[in-house]
Formats: sequence, structure tokens, C-alpha cells
Amino acid sequence: MTGDDTKHLPLEDIHVAAGARFGAFAGWSMPLTYPAGVMKEHLHTREHAGLFDISHMKLFEVSGPEAVSLLNRACPLDAGALEISQSKLSFFLNEAGGILDDLIVTRLGDQRFMVVANAGNAVADEKHLRALAADFDAKVEPLERVFLAIQGPEAWAALSRAGIETGSLLFMHGVEPRQNWFMSRSGYTGEDGFEIGLPETDARDLVAKLLGDERVLWIGLAARDSLRLEAGLCLHGQDITPETDPASAGLMWAIPKEIRASGAFIGADALRAALERGPAQKRVGLKPEGRQPVRAGAALFDADGKPAGHVTSGGFGPSAGHPVAMGYVATPLAKPGTRVFADVRGTKIPVDISSLPFTPHRYRKG
Amino acid sequence: MAKTYFTEDHEWLRVEGGIATVGITNYAQEQLGDLVFVELPETGKKLAKGDTAVVVESVKAASDVYAPADGEITEANGTLSSDPSLVNSAATGAGWLWKMKLANESQLEGLMDEAAYLAHIG
Repeated sequence: MTGDDTKHLPLEDIHVAAGARFGAFAGWSMPLTYPAGVMKEHLHTREHAGLFDISHMKLFEVSGPEAVSLLNRACPLDAGALEISQSKLSFFLNEAGGILDDLIVTRLGDQRFMVVANAGNAVADEKHLRALAADFDAKVEPLERVFLAIQGPEAWAALSRAGIETGSLLFMHGVEPRQNWFMSRSGYTGEDGFEIGLPETDARDLVAKLLGDERVLWIGLAARDSLRLEAGLCLHGQDITPETDPASAGLMWAIPKEIRASGAFIGADALRAALERGPAQKRVGLKPEGRQPVRAGAALFDADGKPAGHVTSGGFGPSAGHPVAMGYVATPLAKPGTRVFADVRGTKIPVDISSLPFTPHRYRKG
Repeated sequence: MAKTYFTEDHEWLRVEGGIATVGITNYAQEQLGDLVFVELPETGKKLAKGDTAVVVESVKAASDVYAPADGEITEANGTLSSDPSLVNSAATGAGWLWKMKLANESQLEGLMDEAAYLAHIG
């Protein structure tokens, strides 16, 4: 639970004043819910605009004449092919092709990139990247920023009222609209939205403006999790881990074809071998029959009662209106409509393999 | 005359004629958040004090509700199958979980009254 080394958000006082209920996540004391509660917070995000404090996540600036080469070594990525302001989902892989972390890489300039890493992996990521950087003429700089996400169909309008125009920015693009700001059109909800890294003073000012807008509500980590699960997005440490590779996770779309064939990234040989033999298990959406949620860790069985896989994330989807889950099943079973059974406290709950996402993405792609 | 007791596990029991109606307290439902499913026990099931009687599931997690005393389930609140949110909106009323015939009413002696419970949760 919360020990002495628990990290606290720079804006914690604002969350306390907003009535947040806190809990530990990835070494941080994080707002889990606000007085509206997870259900209302979730639905509000899909209907209006939800404001999330995601300052537990880490921004790194990677720069220098060999920044491209460093990222091409660290990630299964063609960093040099990114246009300026273009973002891409990528990974740090281990030598076995397992996923150490998933990251968003954005090209800020010819020799400058922003890398956004998960909270739980931030320390390891920095160490990893710095060790690799020793072989390149490139610099890795962790940034001290408040990191906010504003998500939902009215996110752009709320930002506009707060004085931040987002008009020309498209999904998976990021820019530096002000000094020491980084703003990308991206998120973790399946909705249109933005993630903004900015200095604390600016963040306090922006938060005050946004919360003055009735369309905007603080959203806690509980709804962040149900939103991303409905959207079919992976949580590192649960749905993707150092034991899963991008092929079994169904994330090969993030790795360009030519990179798969010839890239010199860490884990390339193992990933090629994994692709060659085909993954034994695949990540799938899981729709439990009835109302009872099926949670992470539940074992899955096929119709004959033989082990078929396991659940990696599960809960209730407030927008879907039914329980939602994802997990891994043996590849022959990984077809939408296949019925498997989850063991929940000794009862076998029928679960159908489902395509992802459960709630359609509504990204602003152009 | 019914008498109401509270447990350290944030349950309430209303006891009348040897039958206890059991639910979770308002404090407990606030801690759990929006409930989406309640796994109800079957009538006739015998429970010992401390056994899991019901599992309440919020959006995020599943939590056990324990039998506060020995006894036998006489009724489960079937309304919760279609509307688990009653536990949030009316924890000490329409959101009751189950009724049980108490095997040993002397087990009630260690439980708290409302004033003691309110002091317990501070």
C-alpha cells in the first residue's frame, strides 16, 4: 500500500479540494474517483469532456544528431520516417521480444522527439534509454511537467474556450503550442481528446479555466480504466508484459513492415522468429454472458473444459452496458463468436470472444 | 421490536423474531462505488460466521460480504439481480442483501449499535 516513498501529484491539493478518493497506483497516490463516481465519470467523458491528471506518466525529450538512430535501436520504429508532429505507438522490447513498455513517440523536429512512458515503467525506461544513448550522439532528458488529458467529444471546444485552439491538429499528432508545453491529439479512452504536458504554474491556470466550463469534469483512474478497456486499449503490466510480444498482443500494426524485416531494434531476431512460427496465444476481447464481471486473472476453458487462456483485464463497461474483458486465448480459439468459459469463484461463466473495441473509437483523423 | 446491529466489516443486521436482514452500510457502499453485480446466495444455504455470503462487484473490483453470524439463508434480495445500484442508493433499505435464520443469537452480543459504529468509522 502507500509507503513513505509514495509519489504525490503536483496538483494533489486541487484533487483533494475536488473531493477525490485516492488510491495507490504504480507508486503514486492517484485520484481513483471523484464524488460523481466511476459510472457518471465514465459516461460524462463519452458525452462531454473528462479531465484526467496523468502526471504519473513520464515525458522524455530525446534529441541530438543521432536521436533517430537511438530510437530505431530502442524501438521497433522508423523514427526517421515520422513527419514533424507525427506520433506513433511503439515499444521497448527485451531481447526475447517481450514488451518492457509501450510508448508514444512524437517527432518535434529534425533531431528532437518526445517519448511518453507509463508511470510504472518510467524509472526503468529512463535507465534503459540512457544506457542505449551512450552509444549514440543523443541526449535523453526527463521533463518535469504536469501532464493532463482532456478527453471526449467536447474536449476541443472546452480547450478553445480556455484559449487553446486545436483545430488543425489531427489524431496522433503532437506540437509545442507554448514554451515548455507539449500537446498531442491522443488519449486512452477511444474518444477524441488531447494530452498536454506543461509547467505546474501554467497547469493550475489551465485547470481553473477548464473546470469553470460546465462541460468539463475531473475523471479518476477507475473510469480511466473502464474507458480504456471498452476502447480495447492495453494496460502495460496486465494486457501486455515482458512475457508477451507484439505479435501475440495483436499490436503488429504499430511496427512498419520494412522494420519487421530489416530493423535493428532490440528484440528484432526474437520477434521475427515469433512471427515465423505464429503466436501460440492471441489477445482478444471477451464478452461475458449476463451481468457478472469477469476479472483479471480468471482462467479460461474451452467447451471441453481444457485450459484455453486467461483474462488480463476485466470489469464492467458503463457505455457498453455489460461486462467487458480482454485476455489471451489459444490462437485457434481467437475468432470472434467463439465461446469459452471463465472460472469465477468456481462457477464457469460463458464468455464470447469479441472483436475490439467494445465502444467505437471516435478519433479525429481528418 | 427489531433491533439493528453493525459489524466491523461494515455490515448491518436488523434482527426480528430470530431472522436477521443483512446489508452493507452506507459507508461501505461509498467505499465500493457503483455496484454492477451482486452474487446472491441460494435459499437454504448454511453459513458459519465469517463465511462469504455474498459477493458485490463494482465497476473495478469484487468484494466479499461475510456472514456476521451462524445461520441459514431464508431469502436473498432478488431485486438486486436486475438493479444492483439499489445497494448504492438505499444501502440500509431496499438494498438489503439477504435474510438468515440465526443459529445462535448470543453471537450478536459482540456487535456494535449505530452510535458505536459511527464512532468506529470516525
